[in-house]
Amino acid sequence: MTSNSKNHRNISSLFVMRKKRGDRLFYGLVIGAAGYTLLMVALVAFSVTRGSIDIFSAEGIGFVFQSNWNAVEGRESFGAFPYIIGTLLSSAIAMAIGVPISLAIAIFISEIAPPRIGTPLSFITELLAAVPSIIYGLWALFVFRFWVRDLIEKPLYDVFHGSIPFFAKTPFGLDIFTAGIVLAIMIIPIISSICREVMRVVPDSQREAAYSLGATRWETVRMAVFPYVKSGLVGAAMLGLGRAVGETILVTMVIGNVIGPGAIPTSIFSQGQTLASLVANEFNEASSDLHLSALIALGAILLVLTMGINIVARLLVKKKIKVSSGAKSQ
Amino acid sequence: MAIEETFDAKESMTEGHSLTREPRINETAESTERFKVRIENVNGWYGSKRAIKDVNLNVREKTVTAFIGPSGCGKTTLLRCLNRMHEMTPGAHADGRVVVDGIDIYGKSIDPVVIRRRIGMVFQKPNPFPTMSIFDNVAAGLRLNGMRNKTIIREIVEESLKNAALWEEVKNELEKPGMSLSGGQQQRLCIARALAMQPEVLLMDEPTSSLDPIGSSKIEELVRTLKDSVTIIIVTHNMQQAARVSDFTAFMYLGDLIEYGSTNQIFMKPEKELTERYISGKFG
Amino acid sequence: MTSYSNSNKKYSKILHETVNKNYRKRMIINKLVTVFAIVCVIAAIIPLGSILLEVVKNGASAISLEFLTQPQGSIGSGRGGVGPAIQGTIIVVGLASLIGAPVGVLAGIYLSEFAKEGKFADSVRFFNDVLTGLPSIVIGIVGYVIIVLAIGSFSVFAGAISLSIIMIPIVVRVTEETLKIVPYSLREAGHSLGISKARITLSIVLPSAKNGILTGIVIAISRIAGETAPLIMTILGTSLFFTGITGPVDALPLRIWRLASQPYESAHAFGWGSALVLILMILALSVGLRFLAQRRSFKVAI
Repeated sequence: MTSNSKNHRNISSLFVMRKKRGDRLFYGLVIGAAGYTLLMVALVAFSVTRGSIDIFSAEGIGFVFQSNWNAVEGRESFGAFPYIIGTLLSSAIAMAIGVPISLAIAIFISEIAPPRIGTPLSFITELLAAVPSIIYGLWALFVFRFWVRDLIEKPLYDVFHGSIPFFAKTPFGLDIFTAGIVLAIMIIPIISSICREVMRVVPDSQREAAYSLGATRWETVRMAVFPYVKSGLVGAAMLGLGRAVGETILVTMVIGNVIGPGAIPTSIFSQGQTLASLVANEFNEASSDLHLSALIALGAILLVLTMGINIVARLLVKKKIKVSSGAKSQ
Repeated sequence: MAIEETFDAKESMTEGHSLTREPRINETAESTERFKVRIENVNGWYGSKRAIKDVNLNVREKTVTAFIGPSGCGKTTLLRCLNRMHEMTPGAHADGRVVVDGIDIYGKSIDPVVIRRRIGMVFQKPNPFPTMSIFDNVAAGLRLNGMRNKTIIREIVEESLKNAALWEEVKNELEKPGMSLSGGQQQRLCIARALAMQPEVLLMDEPTSSLDPIGSSKIEELVRTLKDSVTIIIVTHNMQQAARVSDFTAFMYLGDLIEYGSTNQIFMKPEKELTERYISGKFG
Repeated sequence: MTSYSNSNKKYSKILHETVNKNYRKRMIINKLVTVFAIVCVIAAIIPLGSILLEVVKNGASAISLEFLTQPQGSIGSGRGGVGPAIQGTIIVVGLASLIGAPVGVLAGIYLSEFAKEGKFADSVRFFNDVLTGLPSIVIGIVGYVIIVLAIGSFSVFAGAISLSIIMIPIVVRVTEETLKIVPYSLREAGHSLGISKARITLSIVLPSAKNGILTGIVIAISRIAGETAPLIMTILGTSLFFTGITGPVDALPLRIWRLASQPYESAHAFGWGSALVLILMILALSVGLRFLAQRRSFKVAI
């Protein structure tokens, strides 16, 4: 009897030991992986800072506001200003076109269409979101830019080229306007699927409250859905903005790629350049360390810009989802 | 005094689809007892599942009619068929006729939006609009319909809150969010919101099921006073409540209307054995 | 409470007048919004249709055995193929997934099973969100500064590390979200039997969340397989086959980009062909892994 229970204790203490060792090893693994992700963030911060030190010590903060871009040895001079403007302008066009369309699609799928239409449609938008941007770029360069040129820019040129100076050149379809539209096409599936996520949070009781007062479908959306998730929708749009600002390869293929002061756009139909597209275009041809440092510094500006946008956006989306899940549990 | 809405005959001749318009009001003094809502062979479906089966029932004007039955018997579905709210559930539809004041609300040219304004609804859980103030909640329906006159909006809001027995409690804090009220007050706010649209019929779907006893008794008291001016149909899982507030009671079971009659008759001497067993608490 | 019928009578007339006046306008607005929404849906589908059509139409004629297996011939000749790019994409993406998938899943497990609250967990979550939002070109800089500059050569390794940084936050998030859905009762059952936490997580929680996590990994792999920008700064691109993990290599997206900027019709045709191969690879991956996931769960069910 006693020996039996002693045995028992031995065995169980053996288990406890093994259990502890296994647990500790596993815990070490998972916390190590979590730490690894932080290490990566630190590496991003380190490499971008390290890489752009040279140019900021050469040009100072003026790098951000200058327009020159001269890589000739001995006369090197770099400024990021035209590309900041190009980035903001192309993204603004993308947002102006993309946000209303995304919202309308989200409303159609989640509030108007019956499930047998809405489900395949949401599948199609997911599919669009999975198309790599290089393929959007290829299509934009060889197909879509001719649509823009022939359907929008040529007619405008024919009407205005006598009276408005910036229509004086024959349009190509390779400009900030085209880049903006293609960016819009790229971010629409992203924004509309986040909008749908956010709108799903609205309890049906809210919609029923509006319907029971005699609201139409649109009035129900306006009255019961929008106010409930307004900040979430703004957040969704900003996440899309983050994508548009940082998109690289697609933009290099259609924006026209000019450098220096000439890259400051005079209209939305100017050829231009964004921060990301210039980095991609010149990185492999960088002629000096300073030139390379200037390119990395463009990346640093881009990093700050997108991080700001994304942090605000995520706070807005998260706050919304927290608030409403709290309301649900009431 | 009945509020009688009929279609202007001349108008419907000049305008081919005037039935889709909001009907004109025509205040005729017709006070004879008559059926406000006639439910004829109504079936309610969820996909291919029939949740209510061939229900026939007539509701008298300015009375309180209660639908009772065990959960899943279809009483809520039937209620939601009466203002065409049922069809808003994905995959759900209804057939049959629901005649309100002589007009079949399932008629081909009838717009459910018009129907829902004239047949108000109060839900199981209070659902005030969380971003709106108390005042705006009550005014929501008026503004929706394009009412811009601030004085009239203010008057109607006050009247509605008074009629919902909430005015005394909130008259000094109309700008506070609707969600700041207690559960029972929120439910009365929702009743006020429905009353502001001057409905002729008020549908109530277990309006007290999420409230405490005090909140519940206030709503019950309200139901009894409101029936002087509006026809009320109330779904309840609480038989005592049905006995307390209703004039007529319909007992439903598994999608069938088992028995319908005056509340006294249903509770004192039910004709069907099933009704008696339910009333006496033998199942459900 | 007799006031109701009085007030009812007083206001119902004006209410009905207002309602009648505005009814048609409201219906028209509702119709217009609906029509606008449908137009937007169609406007969004047109590009997808056009992209798929063009890629298949232009790409199919470019694809041949030579195209899939040979390196590119002399520029503008239209000879050879994109063999090195296909091989390079498989190697770089494969290596990135070998780093990114386990790290992402383990970090996701940490957040969901071990540290729901706390400063460290919160900062991991926060910085993962930051990583998700970073432009891929910025992440390319990491590979360049940390690895390319250190070993003095553009390399497979630098590319794989960069792509894994893009992949990790996606996998972390999906893992955490999926594990959260696993009912707590499953874990409690394990605890009541005295099973260790590691065992519970690995043999009870993880298997029931397996399909969700696998889907997340597939989404992340598809995402990095199409990335171009970070590869410019890390693997450079070459017309040669794989020479070693510290040497440069080619990849499909990079090849498409280079081909598209050449002034030759034949290069453009190769670009379309490469695009079709890339799309088919991504498609095969997602179909294949989904099939695998279903098969496995089928076996478990038996």
